[in-house]
Amino acid sequence: MSAPVDPQDPHRFYADVRATIDAVPVDGQPRTVTTTLERICHAATRRLELMGSAVNLISAGGPDGVVASSSPRARELAELEFTVGEGPGIQAFRSRRPVLVADLTRSDGRWPGYTSAAQSADLAAVFAFPLHIGAVGFGVLELYADAPGALDRDQTATAVTYAQIGTETLLDGEATTADGQLVPSLATALDYRSEIAQAQGMVMIDLGISVSEALVRLRTHAFTHEEPLISVARKVIDGYVLPGHDDA
Amino acid sequence: MISTNQLADVFVEVADTLVDDFDLVDFLHNLAVHAADVTGTSAVGLMLTDPTGTLRFMAASTADARLLELFQLQHSEGPCLDCYRIGEQVHDTDLGSAADRWPTFAPRALAADVHSVHTFPLRLRDRIIGALNTFGPEPVALDADTIRVVQALADVATIAIIQERALSRADILTEQLQFALNSRIVIEQAKGAISRALGVSVGDAFNVLRDHARRNQLRLTDLAHDVVTNTDTMSSLKPR
Repeated sequence: MSAPVDPQDPHRFYADVRATIDAVPVDGQPRTVTTTLERICHAATRRLELMGSAVNLISAGGPDGVVASSSPRARELAELEFTVGEGPGIQAFRSRRPVLVADLTRSDGRWPGYTSAAQSADLAAVFAFPLHIGAVGFGVLELYADAPGALDRDQTATAVTYAQIGTETLLDGEATTADGQLVPSLATALDYRSEIAQAQGMVMIDLGISVSEALVRLRTHAFTHEEPLISVARKVIDGYVLPGHDDA
Repeated sequence: MISTNQLADVFVEVADTLVDDFDLVDFLHNLAVHAADVTGTSAVGLMLTDPTGTLRFMAASTADARLLELFQLQHSEGPCLDCYRIGEQVHDTDLGSAADRWPTFAPRALAADVHSVHTFPLRLRDRIIGALNTFGPEPVALDADTIRVVQALADVATIAIIQERALSRADILTEQLQFALNSRIVIEQAKGAISRALGVSVGDAFNVLRDHARRNQLRLTDLAHDVVTNTDTMSSLKPR
């Protein structure tokens, strides 16, 4: 049984989860976003003692495909959802909230096609966490279990943290250092101050780019100017316009 | 002291918005505004916990940046965090002497002309899912009746967050809280975008968003999402 969530030290909790990803060997693979997401899937599966996990990328037009998984079986389960066109991952993305199905035999008729196919594949429980920051959404992290049962509070917190790190990985692109460690984030998922989100909306309009690109620009600007993200955000709110690509 | 009429009005209006299709961020914002009205305090804010146990700012009765910062910094220190940890109301009516207790929060509160705080837990059975915080301009305590009313409003906020379904499935709480916290980010992104596109303040941008949602019977969060992902939606918005 895991220890209860300690509300007093969220940074430590976050760092512990990151360390489990750093601990997954790189095995000489290229350091790409996909490799990092694969390592997140492996770490999450191991840490949460589940059967497997996968990352599905989804856009407004629909599913784009399975980009990472902990095993071939996990990949098949992730693909299954897109074959039948429904399921917890798609619902999590569309409704912008986690969809936690502790027992597929009691999924309340939500996805009849998916449920019967998943049960034929011996899936008992599935937990889908959207990879999003506000209106920016990349897809979902799905976790699979062989036996029914809900995630406890610590497991839920852990899973949400893996999803946050997955989101950051998708935002930051090349996300690891030469020795395969995750790059310490400029704005960890713990920084949810309103000003940062407001500045994203402002940069989006200032530069005529998408909100997701605006988020990347803000982070890059903070990084190259060695300035905390919050202070860049406050400058933007006070009227500063980030340089566009051409005059950067 | 709150009059019975005033009290009835608040609860009727709060209950009116607690319908099937309500928007949680909008609802909690209204609740904060009502709580500020009935208490006569400078500001009321609501904080919710994320799954890692971190308190996150959710809604406030004010757009004053200094006061918003006082809510936001309480993920690491302050009466909301204390209230969340001990699961009971926290009252301090002399922030001038509270620097030992809250070395960051207390001086910033005084600089923002806040001299008293009252914090109420959002309690769901054995779990605390957040806190409601009032900031007063004078070093004066709320009277006992008002404290009971504000705790009742905090309880209504909890009910709104979990909705009835929570009773049947524990996972709903996680799903709802995560949705609420992300909705907050969506709305902040939209406020920033509207503020630049229409040349209005961030506070006014929220009013533009809310007015448009009400006129067109849209959920605030859905509209905010559209505003930042669809340029046509932005061009349909108008300043007040």
